[in-house]
Amino acid sequence: MELFLISVIILAVLLLAVAVYAVMQKDLLYATIATGIISLILSVLFFLLQAPDVALTEAAIGIALTTIIFVITIRNTSRREDEILITQESEASKIDDKVKANM
Amino acid sequence: MKKLLVLLLLAVVGYSLYKPLSQVEFGADRIGDIENPTTVGAYYLSHTPSDLSVANVITAIVVNYRGFDTLGEVSVLFLAATGIGSILYRRRKEGEHSETITQPSSQLLQAGAKLIYPAILVLGAYVFIHGHLTPGGGFQGGAIIATGFLLMMMSYKDFHMNHTVLTWVESLAGITFVSVGIGGLIVGKTFLENFLAIGTLNDLFSGGIIPIIYIAVGFKVAAELAGVLDTLLSIKEK
Repeated sequence: MELFLISVIILAVLLLAVAVYAVMQKDLLYATIATGIISLILSVLFFLLQAPDVALTEAAIGIALTTIIFVITIRNTSRREDEILITQESEASKIDDKVKANM
Repeated sequence: MKKLLVLLLLAVVGYSLYKPLSQVEFGADRIGDIENPTTVGAYYLSHTPSDLSVANVITAIVVNYRGFDTLGEVSVLFLAATGIGSILYRRRKEGEHSETITQPSSQLLQAGAKLIYPAILVLGAYVFIHGHLTPGGGFQGGAIIATGFLLMMMSYKDFHMNHTVLTWVESLAGITFVSVGIGGLIVGKTFLENFLAIGTLNDLFSGGIIPIIYIAVGFKVAAELAGVLDTLLSIKEK
């Protein structure tokens, strides 16, 4: 019983830490992977708390499908959070020129 | 100013979460006596094995007691998949490959995916066929099957879902769900009422209409999610 309580508390603290990392991270790909890790920890927690049905759903949808859908979206938009703000301005063409110059 | 507002909002949310939860004693038994049920949870726990002979009580609640809600849930998923498809779907030209995946995947991933892909499909089918016996069910099994298809889509550039087949599977599964419900209306009194023999507890063929509905839901969810992923992976870059 003690071991159970300790492991649940450790997992919950880990969950919060990864969640804060996902919010703070500017690189959206890293944030998405962190969201996947949140789902992983959450599904273990659900299993420990005797909810295997929810754990299965969280494992299949949270870890695999949602993460992949976000990764595809990032692949088709931009990867860094600040890029989105800049590209909304008229500086979009400037960045393209810079990238071309670097290539 | 903005941070102050955020803090205020967090405080309100935190207080409204804390207030009802503080009334519940930690680790308290909220279900009560199962033999003489006074709460709805205790009623489900005590009556499911005898009334429906379903071992997994959650499945009995989701598909039988709350079956109409599940039909609504399935429709929501269908609507979401239809929305994504209608916005993003684009018919492929002859011999055209996925635009999102530009580099070929490694030999290791391709061989491993080929090896593990049938096993994932069998696991998903197992999860939704045994939905009334073990944890899991139609939604979980369908999602597992969709991840199997996803693995193949990501490993092989020329692996595509056939959208005609997906549409047919999806529609037939939905029709099965609704017609089983209407069958309950015809034979019994209410929509989705159990009209088949319930069998003995812990048998594969038990639980009346529950396995039929969950198999239909499994096919439906798998087809929808696989279609969504295939559509998303075929987005053409501008």
